[in-house]
Amino acid sequence: MGVADGYRTRVGVLVENPLYGLLAFVGLYLVADLILKLGGIELELAGVKVLGGFEPLNSFLSKVISGLLRGLIIGLTGIGLSMTYSILGFANFAHGDFITVGAFIGTVTSYIVAGVIGAATYDIGTLALLKIQATQLGLAITGGWVAFAAIVLGLVVAGAGTVGVVLVVDRLAFKPIRDRSSVALLITSIGVALVVRYLANFIWGIEKFTTSSPLDVWEFSVTLSSGDVTVNAHDLTLLVLAVSLMLGVHVLLQTSKLGKAMRAMADNKDLARVTGIPTERVIRFTWVLGGSLTGVAGYTWVLWRGTFGWFDGWLFLLLVFAAVILGGIGSIYGAMAGGLVIGLARDLSTVFIPSALAKASAFALMIVVLVVKPSGLFAGRTTA
Amino acid sequence: MSDTDIDAPDEAVQANVPDDADVDYEEAETQDSETEEAAKHVPEAVPLQVESLTKQFGGLTAVDGASFEVEQGSLTGLIGPNGAGKSTTFNCITGVLEPTAGVVRFNGEDITGLAPHEVADRGLARTFQIARELGEMTVLENLMLAPMGQRGESLWRSVLPFTRRSVVEEEEEVLEEVWDTLEFFDIDHLADEYAGNLSGGQRKLLELARVLLTDPDVLLLDEPFAGVNPSLEERLLEHLHELREQGYTFLIVEHDMDLIMNNCERVIVMHQGSVLTEGTPEDVKSDERVLEAYLGGEVET
Amino acid sequence: MSVSDRVPDRVSAVRDSDPAMILLLLLAIYAVYLVLGSIAGVDPLSNLTSLTRWIGLFAIAALALNLHWGYTGLFNIGVIGFMGVGVYVTAIVSKEPMAAGGGAVGGAAGGLGLPLPIGMLAGALAAALFGLLVALPALRLRADYLAIVTVAVSEIFRLSVRNGNIASFNVGGLALGFGGGDGLQLDWGSEVELLFDALLLGGVYDGLVRAAEQLTGSPVTVDRVGYALILLAFMAGYYALLQRMGNSPFGRVLKAIREDEEATNSLGKDTDRFKIVVFMIGCGLMGLLGVLWYMNAGGGGGSINPTQFRPTITFYIWVALIIGGAGSNTGSVMGGALFAAVLYRGPRFLQTVIDELTGTDLSRFARQTGFGEAMAPIAGSFDVFPLLLYTVTKLQDLQLLIMGLVIIYLMHNRPQGLLGHRKEQAAAIELSRPDRRSGGDRAVAADGGVEDE
Repeated sequence: MGVADGYRTRVGVLVENPLYGLLAFVGLYLVADLILKLGGIELELAGVKVLGGFEPLNSFLSKVISGLLRGLIIGLTGIGLSMTYSILGFANFAHGDFITVGAFIGTVTSYIVAGVIGAATYDIGTLALLKIQATQLGLAITGGWVAFAAIVLGLVVAGAGTVGVVLVVDRLAFKPIRDRSSVALLITSIGVALVVRYLANFIWGIEKFTTSSPLDVWEFSVTLSSGDVTVNAHDLTLLVLAVSLMLGVHVLLQTSKLGKAMRAMADNKDLARVTGIPTERVIRFTWVLGGSLTGVAGYTWVLWRGTFGWFDGWLFLLLVFAAVILGGIGSIYGAMAGGLVIGLARDLSTVFIPSALAKASAFALMIVVLVVKPSGLFAGRTTA
Repeated sequence: MSDTDIDAPDEAVQANVPDDADVDYEEAETQDSETEEAAKHVPEAVPLQVESLTKQFGGLTAVDGASFEVEQGSLTGLIGPNGAGKSTTFNCITGVLEPTAGVVRFNGEDITGLAPHEVADRGLARTFQIARELGEMTVLENLMLAPMGQRGESLWRSVLPFTRRSVVEEEEEVLEEVWDTLEFFDIDHLADEYAGNLSGGQRKLLELARVLLTDPDVLLLDEPFAGVNPSLEERLLEHLHELREQGYTFLIVEHDMDLIMNNCERVIVMHQGSVLTEGTPEDVKSDERVLEAYLGGEVET
Repeated sequence: MSVSDRVPDRVSAVRDSDPAMILLLLLAIYAVYLVLGSIAGVDPLSNLTSLTRWIGLFAIAALALNLHWGYTGLFNIGVIGFMGVGVYVTAIVSKEPMAAGGGAVGGAAGGLGLPLPIGMLAGALAAALFGLLVALPALRLRADYLAIVTVAVSEIFRLSVRNGNIASFNVGGLALGFGGGDGLQLDWGSEVELLFDALLLGGVYDGLVRAAEQLTGSPVTVDRVGYALILLAFMAGYYALLQRMGNSPFGRVLKAIREDEEATNSLGKDTDRFKIVVFMIGCGLMGLLGVLWYMNAGGGGGSINPTQFRPTITFYIWVALIIGGAGSNTGSVMGGALFAAVLYRGPRFLQTVIDELTGTDLSRFARQTGFGEAMAPIAGSFDVFPLLLYTVTKLQDLQLLIMGLVIIYLMHNRPQGLLGHRKEQAAAIELSRPDRRSGGDRAVAADGGVEDE
């Protein structure tokens, strides 16, 4: 990563050193504040609140859970973004809209399966355009065999369909300019993002579809003195799925030849080509892997949040970038860890600041990382 | 935002005027007492001193306590096998990298750790191993960029109506100077060509011309002959000798041993990050350790 | 001497051709719009003023972005954030004062009530300072990281002003604030009147209003025409400023930084300082653009709210710059004009023309139908008409899809922009062989050097 490492500039020297101290202070302050808030203690100095407050334990735990789950989705998506970033050498601004592709394709599949096999009272058009609510179809993973099958098929198609879209996009948009600068590819990816996003808008319209409050989703609650902490079956599905997919990617890349080839390509593209690595095949494999994980991530988002709109993938992208940069571009573990950190930061920030600023705090965290350690926390462990 | 914001410091503008290194040296001496004291130990004829220069990357030591001097008006060669730390040394001297330890003195002033533009500003200029031409700019633009302390580099002077005039006049002068340099290097027919369209050798010429226009005292050339065809190499060498006679000092990193031996009066040999030996080409040639180093053995220093 | 006397004339003729190209393009665009508009019976005045509005805004925007990207290689995709800072600060400085706690609606905020020109200056300054804040940590990052940081910063700005906690606060008895999700009303009155007054042309303005009232019965026309003229004046001002900046040793250093920052640094240029200065100036210009963009004189409603500051407009501006060709100010203006006329206004205008010609209201149809209704007849009887109709009604959304395709096409085929590669040398003078005899001595240099800029 030639992020001016070693290439000293006056600004860099000025900024770096006092910043570390400041960061440590902010970190300690936040931890102390959190502990006091959980204890319900508030410290005042001259009538001004300086530390502490009140944060109910159940609310805090719910934020931790939601942050972790969000982090898993960010991580799943981030693996693909990180791989294409390091192997193809550009920041893909269309990656967020690949989430959108997965979410729509997967949900449409589930709707059709559940609607046609199950209720059979809706015509395909209505189902494909997501004009009804999932609750009407009983679309919950614990809602019987049909619903279960619909969701599993939805997951598979979300992954496979996104791979298809991504490969077509690569063939048409990126392959013809493979050798150009990373900036040219980046700008092209913005164009791709617009095309994909507004195609979704054209087909499914501007209204978000909702599968919200699926009443028959099984859920599990722990009652604390301050209130309940609830986890439902869709949360657990997301957890199991994300963890097993990440493990799978790990095994695949560690053991297969392609994993080695990918690492070689991320290291030095020209050298890899000279040494006989089939670079185009590696690139295709990168898209397949990244696309399928992203598509699945999109569908699990629908399961988890119960709603999705054509613009959401794009809004999500910056969080994914934050995670990838945090973890170090090219590092798959970095993307996973970065995803968890960003997800937790986003949800836990509401302990300290208004929830309207939750997302802003995640972006701010990313900027801080770029300033302090531009190579990321897992720097140098490319695609391993 | 004050008017002086983007201006080159005044002393830089002055330092730009005299052509003679000795004059610069006196100026450096009077700048502050600290450098004055340091300067007393320095014979006037040694503009560049490197003392115990060390650079580590993580656990790897690329330069390991290298010390050498470059004499005024000399053509000094810096040679050594691959990985001897020549380029890293260059980068540490010119401020691209910050040395882990050691001191670099230029005209008696400690310039260790200064940013590249501050080093260049003092009259120590460099070229790169792979020519760094500014591809989407014409040859003329590349060269017009180089002269130091141009008044028009101040945004306000370039934009405001009542100062624009002086900028335009200065541009005429710079253009004259640039054109002389173009003719000196015999590349005036390429003036309007994009630098990116030049051949490898032409780029090297352009880079040398460009760095000369910064009016340096000492030039560090990183492999100036790499990828240059023999006839152009001949021309480049002629230029170097001619410039040296005009009073410029050169430190040249080069792989081609013969080239260095035939053209430099002093040769520094680096091996595994430190200076193996230093002396006239004859001295160096007769030093067995140099041969061993090139053959890849462990060398006792 | 007779030969050298003629040289500057020829030189200036070549130089003047750039503005001439711009003028020609504008005339061509206006002609097409007038002809199509008159066929459809669109009021020519409102047709031209609204066209001019967008041409002016996008040309200005592309010029400002060109300073960052085209000249210096600073990949800023947070343009809208800097525009936002500009217009929000202007609003706070120039809105009518409102007593704290006395606001009619909850969260409503007033301003300091200072004159609009001062507010605009403050807005531009604030955007420049915000630029400095971003520049200090971010400018040492490579291009793609800078892109991510700038877009993140613009989102942080949007999310922050949306935050209800700073919607309104009490400063010395005045209710100031950012309005939260409700945004702010730009309630200072007619900007055209205020700006004319600031130039001591208040009398002219009043006269124009009276004349317009008698002619058309509506004084609003004056504001619309005035606004269009103000934008064109700003466009000319930006162009002149940036041309002057680019054609100078200063601009030369910027181009050099774009090409190879390290090499430029090694030539003794303090590249950090150049980058910071240029980033701040570009951001300031974007801040000023923000005010011009959201003024109510153009019929934009005279209010701002956070949803308007999503990154979409940033991408519009990028498309405009890419069309024109980054690195050229002339190209930027032409790209802005082409983008505004064809890609931005084009689909809406076409929709109006079709509406007028067919006597239907397509946008109402859009509300009634969806993609499903449009596709159903195809499945049944291969009737593509509903789909075509649906497509036409969705043109405003589709225009972004089209822009995406245009970006991809341009990056594949014309990365230098539609105008192609323009050789614009960064120098305060024409770079040609100095006027002297062919030999080599400098004797003639002194008299050859005097040229009127």
